[in-house]
Amino acid sequence: MSNLEPVTAPGAARLYEKRKPVHPQKVDGPFRRFKWLVMVVALSIYYGTPWIRWDRGPYAPDQAVLVDLANRRFYMFGIEIWPQEFYFVAGLLIMAGIGLFLVTSAVGRAWCGYSCPQTVWTDLFQHVDRLVDGDRNAQMRLERAPWGPKKIAHRAVKWSIYLAISFWTGGAWIMYFADAPTLTQEFWSGQAAPVAYATVAVLTATTFILGGFMREQVCIYMCPWPRIQGAMVDEKSLIVTYKHWRGEPRGSVKKAEKNPGAFGDCVDCNQCVAVCPTGYDIRKGPDIACITCALCIDVCDRVMREVGRPRGLIDYATLEDCEREQAGEPARPAWKALLHPRTIIYFSIWAAIGLGLLFALGVRSHTDISVAPDRNPPFMLMSDGSVRNAYTVKLRNMESRPRDMRVAIEGLPGAEMWTDEIARADAARVLTMPVPADATKPLRLYVIAPAGTASQDFAFTVTSLDEQAEMDTSETYFETPGGEQ
Amino acid sequence: MANKHIDEATGVETVGHEWDGIEELNNPLPRWWIWSFYATIVFAIGYCIAYPAWPLVDRATAGVLGWTSRGQLAKEMAVEDQRRAGTLAQLAILPIGKIQGNEQLMRAAVAGGRAAFKVNCVQCHGAGAAGSPGYPNLNDDDWLWGGDLNTIETTLLHGIRQPGDDETRNSIMPAFGDGFLTPQQIGALADHVLSLSGKAKDNPAGAKLFEENCAVCHGSDGKGLRQFGAPNLADAIWLYGGTREDVIRQITQPRMGVMPAWSGRLDPATIKMLAAYVHSLGGGEDFQEAVETEGQTKADPNEQP
Repeated sequence: MSNLEPVTAPGAARLYEKRKPVHPQKVDGPFRRFKWLVMVVALSIYYGTPWIRWDRGPYAPDQAVLVDLANRRFYMFGIEIWPQEFYFVAGLLIMAGIGLFLVTSAVGRAWCGYSCPQTVWTDLFQHVDRLVDGDRNAQMRLERAPWGPKKIAHRAVKWSIYLAISFWTGGAWIMYFADAPTLTQEFWSGQAAPVAYATVAVLTATTFILGGFMREQVCIYMCPWPRIQGAMVDEKSLIVTYKHWRGEPRGSVKKAEKNPGAFGDCVDCNQCVAVCPTGYDIRKGPDIACITCALCIDVCDRVMREVGRPRGLIDYATLEDCEREQAGEPARPAWKALLHPRTIIYFSIWAAIGLGLLFALGVRSHTDISVAPDRNPPFMLMSDGSVRNAYTVKLRNMESRPRDMRVAIEGLPGAEMWTDEIARADAARVLTMPVPADATKPLRLYVIAPAGTASQDFAFTVTSLDEQAEMDTSETYFETPGGEQ
Repeated sequence: MANKHIDEATGVETVGHEWDGIEELNNPLPRWWIWSFYATIVFAIGYCIAYPAWPLVDRATAGVLGWTSRGQLAKEMAVEDQRRAGTLAQLAILPIGKIQGNEQLMRAAVAGGRAAFKVNCVQCHGAGAAGSPGYPNLNDDDWLWGGDLNTIETTLLHGIRQPGDDETRNSIMPAFGDGFLTPQQIGALADHVLSLSGKAKDNPAGAKLFEENCAVCHGSDGKGLRQFGAPNLADAIWLYGGTREDVIRQITQPRMGVMPAWSGRLDPATIKMLAAYVHSLGGGEDFQEAVETEGQTKADPNEQP
């Protein structure tokens, strides 16, 4: 006990650390340019997708990507998903998950560094900081400065821009759930659904808070992904590493000139910390705070070039390569790191699910019948001794045009049927019924079988009366007073 | 609590227990948590004053806002009644034949009738209207008094064998066991009745007895007469059972069911809705048939020759 340091004693390291604001410095280089590209592409997709039109004829909406909750349809370009086909969406989500495993196993936390919404919006907001307040040093000066007209003006402008971006972000989200041009008009004329305003308000607030103020705190303290991704990265994954055997001990250019051979390549300029969006010092080693955005590589390469030393003191490398390099072996090309058993296994699973989904999409039918026999009463004895059963039948026409469908009784000799729309006098073994476009048509259907019929299984088949002639069958049961067959 | 124990490592007071050398620190709760807790207490006090809360012997405190769950229900019911008032008024006024011609009104009537049936009729006729021995099945195509909308409505309005209602459905079958017929004769009669629907070989003595005693109500062919409510004996459906024992029992000492007259208990709109629902169950007949049946029995002064 006595050799323990009291953690709450004055001067001891505290368990809670107050946030130190991060003001990353502007940087340029290949990774920064890649990050710009990803941001532009990601934001364009997010803001632009709902506005893509897709002609589906007069019976379906013309929005290319639409989650139509009210009518329970999910439209994605040429594909229309019905609620009972939700496995397509589930399959896509599983593919997204495995894709994330694949990317993480191959190139580490690339999702965190480039395409995570929190990263993208934080990056955008940090760019706003630089536009309004200036670069890192100006930002820090303003941070320390007492409140005065200048600071108030800067803060007001900056937060207004935050708010505008946040509002635009929340506004884009609701466009995925309704016809975008109509909803925009309704939104501004005050006629949109309350849930639309509530959603925009909530997403504006969360974007404003998470992107504008919490930033790296989300990655380090709130998000579970760094923990999971940390567990999926292994010694074969490409991650951002500081080559300490090459950099240590650190010393400035001047010191190195005075004592040749005593210092490593790291000139301790702290630029890698200054540009880091989470304020982490990569020279301490891999950490949850490193989102592997590689901006430190960009800036370190520039410094190495300026002081005339080889690039790559901080670089994308696998831990295996690091050991090899430390032992004096020549560096391997980075692409080789992408091919190892784990990435190949993940890719195979990912591709298999993708092919499975494509296959299912190719063979799926747009005609469907489901049948539920009445339970109360299960059968009805008629005065001439014949027996009538009632069924609730649902005919689905999953195409965006009205179609005629032919429903037939398979089995059950002598039986005939009629519905709530087709009169008893027109009862037959085969009925033709129109089904509206993109709709489920519920029917109450009566089947009558002659006296002496035993209880038995039979089936209904439906055939679409168009060039496709799609078919579906539903097996059911005919109950009679005689009981079991 | 006399000897406070301060943890050596942290300088924080402990709760005073020790489990295998592990002690629990008595750190204070976070401030925000404490304040949230106080806020819930304040809220609870306000809530108790505003809303019914404290149970008394036979009721609860009323609450200054005057809100009750029953009151809210009544309010919502009133809104719903308001919404349905137009349809109900139309149903009450229109004759049932006009309702059948209006698809939307008919749909509303069937839906309303289904609900009313669950409250008033399932006790005898069953939840699926399939009846049970002695209580007619309303799904089939066999009707004692007729299965068109008008007739069903009349049956509903006036009931079956309701004393004090002049228009009630009244059919009486004599008890043939009270010295009218001997047990042997009744047995022969039962054989003939069963033969009408092919359930037994015919018995000539029974046929003769039937012609003498039963044909006046049930018809020579046993197919029944709706104007008397006499059941069809030549079909597959038996109200009181179709075995020989059942038939003998019914001839010897007939049972005859009753049904309440609903005219005084339910409003006209509800009765029409019930008629529409019963008619929709699968055995509903057209008016045309009803007119023909009536034409045979009643001399309609307006009928053209």
